[in-house]
Formats: sequence, structure tokens, C-alpha cells
Amino acid sequence: MSPMLIILLLVPVVGALLMYPLRHNVPAAKATAMATALLEFVLVVVIWVGYSPAAAASGTRFQYEFSVPWIPAFGTHLAFGIDGIALVLLALTAFLVPGLMLFAWAEKLPEGRTASGYFALLLATEATLVGVFTATDVFLFYVFFEAMLIPMYFLIGRFGGPNRQYASVKFFLYSLLGGLIMLASLIGLYVTSGNILGQGTFTWSELQSIAHQVPESTQIWLFLGFFIAFAIKAPLVPFHTWLPDAGAEAPIVAAVLLVGVLDKVGTYGFLRYTLPLFPEASRTMAPLVITLAVIGVLYGALLAVGQKDMSRFVAYTSIAHFGFIALGTFAFSSQAFAGAALYMVNHGLSTGMLFVMVGLLVARGGSRLISDYGGVAKLAPVLAGCLLLAGMSSLALPGTNSFVSEFLVLVGSFPNEPVATIIATVGIIFAALYILWFYQQTMQGPVRGQAVLNSLEPVGGPGAMIDPAVAARRGGGFPDLTKREIGALAPLIVVIVVLGFFPGPVLDVINPSVQATMTELGLPDPVPAGGIAR
Amino acid sequence: MIALAPLLFVLPALGALINFLAGRRANAWGHWLGVATVVASFVIGLLLFFETLGLAPEERTREVSLFDWIASGSLNVDFGLRLDPLSLTFVLLITGVGSLIHIYSVGYMSHDPGRRRFFAQLNLFVAAMLILVLGNNFVMLYLGWEGVGLASYLLIGFYQDRPSAATAAKKAFLMNRVGDVGLAVAIFLIWLELGTLQYTDVFARIGEVPGGTVLAITILLLLGACGKSGQFPLQSWLPDAMEGPTPVSALIHAATMVTAGVYLIARTSPIYNLTETGRLIVSLVGVVTLLIGAVIGCAYDDIKKVLAYSTVSQIGYMILAVGLGPAGYALGIFHLLTHGFFKAGLFLGAGSVMHAMNDDVNMRHFGGLGKHMKITFVTFGLGYLALIGFPFLSGYFSKDAIIEAAFAQEGWQGWVFGGAATLAAGLTAFYMTRLMIMTFFGKERWRELKGPDGKDYHPHESPATMTVPMIVLAFGSVLGGFLLYSIGLYEWLAPSVGELRELEGGVLPHALVPWLVVAFSLLGVVIAYLVVGRRPTPVERPSPVSVPVRAARRDLYANTINETLIERPGIWLTRALVFVDNRGVDGAVNGIAAGLGGGSGRLRRLQTGFVRSYALSMLGGSVLVVAALLAVRFA
Repeated sequence: MSPMLIILLLVPVVGALLMYPLRHNVPAAKATAMATALLEFVLVVVIWVGYSPAAAASGTRFQYEFSVPWIPAFGTHLAFGIDGIALVLLALTAFLVPGLMLFAWAEKLPEGRTASGYFALLLATEATLVGVFTATDVFLFYVFFEAMLIPMYFLIGRFGGPNRQYASVKFFLYSLLGGLIMLASLIGLYVTSGNILGQGTFTWSELQSIAHQVPESTQIWLFLGFFIAFAIKAPLVPFHTWLPDAGAEAPIVAAVLLVGVLDKVGTYGFLRYTLPLFPEASRTMAPLVITLAVIGVLYGALLAVGQKDMSRFVAYTSIAHFGFIALGTFAFSSQAFAGAALYMVNHGLSTGMLFVMVGLLVARGGSRLISDYGGVAKLAPVLAGCLLLAGMSSLALPGTNSFVSEFLVLVGSFPNEPVATIIATVGIIFAALYILWFYQQTMQGPVRGQAVLNSLEPVGGPGAMIDPAVAARRGGGFPDLTKREIGALAPLIVVIVVLGFFPGPVLDVINPSVQATMTELGLPDPVPAGGIAR
Repeated sequence: MIALAPLLFVLPALGALINFLAGRRANAWGHWLGVATVVASFVIGLLLFFETLGLAPEERTREVSLFDWIASGSLNVDFGLRLDPLSLTFVLLITGVGSLIHIYSVGYMSHDPGRRRFFAQLNLFVAAMLILVLGNNFVMLYLGWEGVGLASYLLIGFYQDRPSAATAAKKAFLMNRVGDVGLAVAIFLIWLELGTLQYTDVFARIGEVPGGTVLAITILLLLGACGKSGQFPLQSWLPDAMEGPTPVSALIHAATMVTAGVYLIARTSPIYNLTETGRLIVSLVGVVTLLIGAVIGCAYDDIKKVLAYSTVSQIGYMILAVGLGPAGYALGIFHLLTHGFFKAGLFLGAGSVMHAMNDDVNMRHFGGLGKHMKITFVTFGLGYLALIGFPFLSGYFSKDAIIEAAFAQEGWQGWVFGGAATLAAGLTAFYMTRLMIMTFFGKERWRELKGPDGKDYHPHESPATMTVPMIVLAFGSVLGGFLLYSIGLYEWLAPSVGELRELEGGVLPHALVPWLVVAFSLLGVVIAYLVVGRRPTPVERPSPVSVPVRAARRDLYANTINETLIERPGIWLTRALVFVDNRGVDGAVNGIAAGLGGGSGRLRRLQTGFVRSYALSMLGGSVLVVAALLAVRFA
């Protein structure tokens, strides 16, 4: 019994609660929130250091375990524990939140909204994410899974863009629907476990140990319940239409949390719940999921190119990326699993950065429309460079973090799913297309676009020929990144590049848990040492 | 000394990093830092070269493993280098020509406010290219492969406020990625079959792989090579890439990056050795491309585009050569090296001309420049002679060797490959002579014209930082072929690509081939003189012209085909999908929501408060439940 995870869960809760007494003292509230987020990050670092991949490799499924009975009548426990996959996602969460707070620091909030409420919701989201990644009791997981909706609903609905009401309700209903279907499956799972064990249970490891004894037809029904919930959360095509709205209307920091981390709960759920708990059903249903995944890769990419709104553009690129993750998750090889797990982290980083860059652009031009920008590279070269780096990571250029995960997903999926993998590989052309298209529209070419020209206008007057150099000298114009913004981006940039060349530390943590998942599925690796030719 | 090997790419990478990060502070010295890192790499390359030369031939392949890069399950990708004759040859070419072009760029870019950014990107390119050739496994190759793609993208789009440059950069990256898909799938196949991606293990065990799979791998690798090297059907990005600054065209789009496809096939020669069909496809691609490039090269008036299509064509020769297998790998590399000298020299010369002519590229505006810029004229002229295969200059040795090997094939292949290569040699002589005459000879047409910037032309010789590299490359163009041939390039490369197989048989006597090639080249020169040299060149492009000329001017419709088959349908598909997603998928969701909203309104009306209606619905519900139970029981 280690209290670490409980502390990890409580720290952001306490931080969020502290926002209430501090609501009239905005600087203190912000400082407290930031301190909480940093403390949380330090705690995760401590946990990472103490986590033993060697123990995981020798069969310890979860570390830092903590469990007390919760509702004895239902056999639920407040049970926490992490494996390598949960750990890297915790690390992603704790790494992103402080940086996001830095961006939220000077954000202009809608009228009547206070920064303390904003930061409280960010911390509350972080707490629910910690819960969802650390729960080892399926019922507890469900509770956090649903609880996650609440702070995000308020973040979108209270702090979002002009169409926030529609987007937040849509997001909430969609997710709630998925959650309820999962609840039905959860109860079914409990009953099934009762039939086999004589006493129903929600404990993950007990459910896993009987997983292969559940008849496949039952497994498929239970699988579907979990699958739909996760497919909505991830989201997979055709359950995706809430994401562009939510991603576009959410304030940028919430969008990063939503697309970067919250959505990962769906793909994480595939790896942690659907595969080990319904192994036979997962195998039977794999062709369906893989079809959806591959459709998602191409569909998301093509739709991204058709978008007019920058945030929706990023949301659609994410749908393409989720296709890769789902492909890796249902291709059943340790390379594909490791790639999918690493992809979750990397997508959080690269799409997080892409969203942040969009946010910085919108903060300058005041418009989300792609056509309102053009030639920004000439005015703000550092901003353009950072956007390009985020884009290169998004299109999985080797040397950036995403390449490692995309390569692992594809090389690992190829043995079992050659056709799907080849189609998904064609997706890398589309990835290049949407990123470079977006970059060309907004950054390259002559200075143009209403948002950019408006910001230059005070110097030259309407319709005047504007010399950007003059504008910059007079202090007007389209400013490049400030020192604070560069400072907040720097850790992200460093991690994106360093993980491209040295993914070893993360892969070392992921690999043993991936092996465990393979064992739970009861499948051997499709490519033996020495290849199939031997 | 092998411990120095990582510095080969680390130094230019550091140069790039510092130049990117230091910002304006580095404006004063950033370019010299860029030059210094590449020169230092060249020196290290020389040291390693001479060290390797001192080893016995069978010990000349050495590996340095730096760290585990990507490891999961049975997959283990090493971040490691392979130093062998092939990679060291490329290292010297990349850093040697790279150093010269870096020095040249100091002068060429001296008036450009983005010079520091330029050097950062050029250094990035050198680092990535070195990783490409030095890697000891396919994923390292892929890292360098896409790395040079990024550098190329950045540098083609260097003048990024020019829409045409941005579009050309995007096009280059996209068409390269089409090729990259082939390379990636080849990698997946190799891993599936052999469970490893290290060159040494793959080449040792490739014989265990079934023949059909080997053929598939070779075709997929060729697709990668076609993307990077501008070969048919992925050739049309390379001429557009001339939007980049001219030193970039010289280094990336002539001497080094675009030859990566040739490197790939030579590097994987143990795989290609196993499949004659695979090699035949390679040669066919080379033959088609060398003809396409030579034909289109005859029609352009843009000096850089002519040189670009010439590059497409010359790489076609190299691809043809490596497709000939053990009789051709070393020949392909030989031509790659001599081409690296003279084509880089030609591009630098073209840059010098542009520098003198207000960045104009239209040869119809030139004429008589020979006496205004003598060094450029002489060095360019030597490069020209080398390219058209003037006897005993470098192109003569390397191109002739390929044509001889082509004629040494049996049956239709000998006639087709040899014939096409000879014909293209004649075309090469034609378009290059046309270029020489239009640029350096004849009437000074620019006297009555204004430059693209609206100012008068004042042609002048370029500064020493530019002319010195041109002179060095001119020496290479003249002597390179003879030197490389006589010091034993073929034997030096043997540990990497195998012994060069002696020519035997074929469809023509070997002694006849050089005469034939010279005769065709001479014919090309004479026709060019008759067409261009004896008549005044009109400043405006003549039109209407004959059908073949029209086709050549439109790149043999490659762009039109891409546009009609891919681009326009793609745009329509995208628009249709956006519509479907908004109206169809999301519409269905919103429809359900509206339906539920309406439905619940109607349901509310059912709450009438009358006990009898509740009783009725309870009865109905019970019937349904019972029915369901019965159905389940009996099923």
C-alpha cells in the first residue's frame, strides 16, 4: 500500500478547492494554482523515478498500489495503481498543465468570469484525469470517466468561444451517452463475474483473470458497451462530430487538455480495458475497429484540408491521428501496442503545441478563420518557426517525437494487418498535405488576410500600403512571440525533439506493460526474433 | 579515429542549431560558422577516408553503434553508423562540394537579410544528408531521407513571401512523401521477413526471403528512389525546386540530395542482385527519365530549369546504370561523382550569371555575356564540355562507361537502353550548346532591356568567394573523371557494391560505342549551332510552335496529368467530404438530438394524469417484457 497515488489525486483537488477562498485575489489564486500544478509535476517525477520497469517485466502488473473497500455491497474498491502506460499518460498530463497555466495567465476571459474559476476547473480536470489513469477498479474508473465531463463541460460552456453553448452541450450529451452504455456493460460484467466467481467483482485484475472464461458471445456484448464509450471519447469516425465543435469552441488551454489528454482516455481504455477484459471479443471485432481506424486516418486528413477554422482544422488532424492509435491498438503486436501507447503521449505534445500556436495566432489576429491570415512568417518569424516545428511533429517527421510512435504503430501493425497498414501509410502523404497546406495558407506568401492587415492598420490607415518593418518599429503590427511565450513553449519544443532521438526512457517504461497486455490477450507476437523467413 | 565519425553530422547539426537559436545576434558571424562546421566535417571525412584506405579491403566496412534508438519486443533499431567505401565516398562528396557551396553562398547571399537562416537550413541539410548515407540501418536511412526532405522544403521555400516558392516547396515535399511511402512499406516488409533492419544482417540473410517478396521490396525501394531523385513518374517536383536560391539548386538539387535514390539502390545492391526483374524495372525507369529530361531540357528558356531537367536526365543515366546490377553499380556512383562536380559548377555558374543579371533567369534576355564575366564563362564552359562528354573530360569517362554497359546488355535491352542513352547524349549536347550560345555568345540582347526589378542590366564578374568555388569545381569537371578512374574507384567501391563485372557480349562492339556517342554529341552541337547560333535569338518566346515543342514546354504534360488525375479530384473529394461530415454525419447526430427533443415533448403529453392510461401503458409494458422473456427462453 503506497499513498503516493492518493496524494497525487488529492493535490489538484485541494488546489481547485483553494481557488474558492482566493476568488477575489486573482494573483494569489493564479500563483496557488501554478504552485499546485508544479507540485503535481514534481510528484509525478518522483513516481516515475520510483517506478521499476524491471519489476513490471517480471510480472508485477501494477505498482504504487492502494486499495480500500468502498461500497462492500457491490464489491467496489477505491483501488489505485499504475502500469507503464498509465504512468506515461500521467506524466503527459502533469507536464502539460503548468505550461497551459502559463498560457492562461494573461488570457482575456469572457465577461463576468474570473481567473480563479478558470484555474480551478483546470485543476479539477487534472484531478479527474489522474483518477481515470490510476484507477484499478472498473467501477471507480467509470466514476472518474464520467466525472471528467463536468469540469470540461464548464470550461467549454463558461469560458469558450461564441458558439460555446451548443458545443458544450453536444460534448456532454455525446460523452454521457457513451458513458451510460458503458455503465450497462459494466453491470453486465459484474453479473458475469458473479456467475463465474460466485461473487461479483469490479476489481480489474480479478476480472482479467476470468476474462478467457467468459463465453465469446457475452464478451462481444460487453465489449461493445465499452467500445462505444471509448470510441466516442477517442473519437473514432463516425463518432467524431462532437470533437471539432468542442475543440473549436473551448478556450485554447482547455482544447489542449481535451484533445491532448482527455481523448486519450478513450484509446487508453481500449488498451487497458477492452483488450484484457474481452480478449476473444477484441480479436473477433478487430477487423471492424481497424476499418474504422483506417477510414479515420484518411477521412480526418481530407476533412482537415477542407476546414476554414483553425481550431477545427487541428481537431480534424487529431481524428486522423486517433486512427493511427486505434490501428496500433487492434493490430495485436507488442510493437504496435508500444507505438499506440507512445503515440498517445506524442500526440498530446504535438497537437498540444499545434493548438497553442493556433491560440497565439488568434490572440494576435482575433480571428479563427484560416483565410484571415497570410504571410505571417514575414512579420513573426519565430512564431512561424514554432508552428512549423509543431506541424513537422504532427506529420511525424523523423527526428521528432511522433515519428517513433508512428513508425512503431505501422511496422508493428503490418504483420497482422498489411492492407490496413499500407492504407494508413498512404495517410502520411495526407498528413504532409494538411500541415503544409495550413502552413502555406497562414505563414507563407505575401502579407495578407483581414486579421493580419487589421492589426497593421493603425500605422498606415485603411487601405494604405503597409510596410511591416515600419509597423514593427512603431510598436504596432503583428508582434512576434514574446519572451514569456517562448519560455512557455521551450519545454515543449525540447521534449518534442529529444523524444525523437531518445525515446528510450519512455519506451522502457511502456514495453513491460505492453508485454503484459499481449499475455493477457493470449497472443504471441506475429514476428518472431529473426523474422518469418527463418 | 573512428570515434570521430559521429562528429561528421553532429558538427553541421550544431551549426544549424546555433544559427537557428542565436537569432539576430548571429547575423554577423553565422554564415562563417556554417562554413566552418562543414569544412571541419570535410577534414574529418578526409581523415577517415585515408584511415580506411590503409586497411585491407575486407576490413574497410566498420560500424559505430551510438545508442539504442527504438526498441520494442524483438524490434531493435540502432542509432549507428556504417563507415565503408560507399558511405565515405558520399561523405567526401557531400562535405567537399558542400564546403565549396557554403563558401560560395557567403558571397551569393551577402545582400539577403535572411542569410543566417539560409546557413542554418543549409547546415541542417548537410547533417541530414550525412545521416542518410552514414546510417547502418534502414531507419537511420529514413531519418536522413526525410531530414533532407525537410531541409529541401525549407530551402526551396526560402523566399517564402513568393507564392510560387511556397507552392514549389510544398510540391517537392509531397511528391517526396509519395516515394517515402514506398520506402516505408519496404522497411515494414524487410522487418516482417527478417526481424531486423540492420544492413549487415539484412544483406546476409536476404537470400532466405521468397523471390516474390524480394521483388516487391525492390520495387518499393525504387519508388522511394524515384521520389527523392526526381525519376519518372515523380519527376515534376525537381524543376519547380529551382525556386530556391541557386546554391541550393547546386548542392541539394544537383550534386547530393537528388542522387540519394542512386545511393539507395547501390546500398541495397545485395537485394537487387537477387532479382533480375527488379533491376530491369529500375533500368526502364532510368531510361524513360533520361529521355524525358533531355527532351524537355531542349525547350526551356529558363537557365536554371534547363539545368534542372539536365539533372533529371543525368540521374536517369545513373539509375539506368545501377539497374544493370553488378555490371553497373560502380558506374552509377562514378557518374554521380563526376556529375556532382560539373553540375554543381554549372549551377554556381548560373548563379553567378543571375547575380550579374539582376536575378533574371530568362536566357532570351542574356547573350554575349562571355566577355563581361570571363571566369564564369570559362568555368561554366568547362562544366558544359564535361557534361556533353567532351573527350577526356570527366563526363566522357563516366557517361560513356554507362552507355557501353547499356549496349553490353543482350537482346532488346541492349538496343533500347544503349540507343536511348546515346540519343539522349545527343540531346544533351543540343540543349547545353543552346544554353551556352544564348547566354555567353551572340548579340548582347540585355542592352535594350530592363531587368525584372525594373533596373538596367550591368553584368559584372562575381566576388572571389563565388568565383573560387567555381574554379575548384571546374578543375573537378576537367580532371575528376580521369582521376577517379585511374586511382581505382571501382576497386575502392568493391567492398560495398561488389566487384564491377567485366563487359562481355552485347549488341554492339565495345570499341564502337565511344565513337558513336561522340558522333551523336557532335551532331547535337552542330544542330544547336545551326538553330540558335546562326540566327538572332528573339527576346520574346516564339509562338505558335510545333506540337513536340509545345509538349516539351509543358513538361510533357506531367503537371497537367497530376492536376487532372489527383489534384482536382482531390479538391472535389475534400469539398464533398466536408459537406457530408457537416450535413450527413453531424446532421444525423443533430437530427437524433432534435428527434429526441421532439419525442420527449410528445412523451410529456402522455403524462395525462389519468389512471386508466397509466394502467394501459403498464399492461402494454408487461406484455412486452413477458414477450421478451419468452423469446429469450425459446431462442
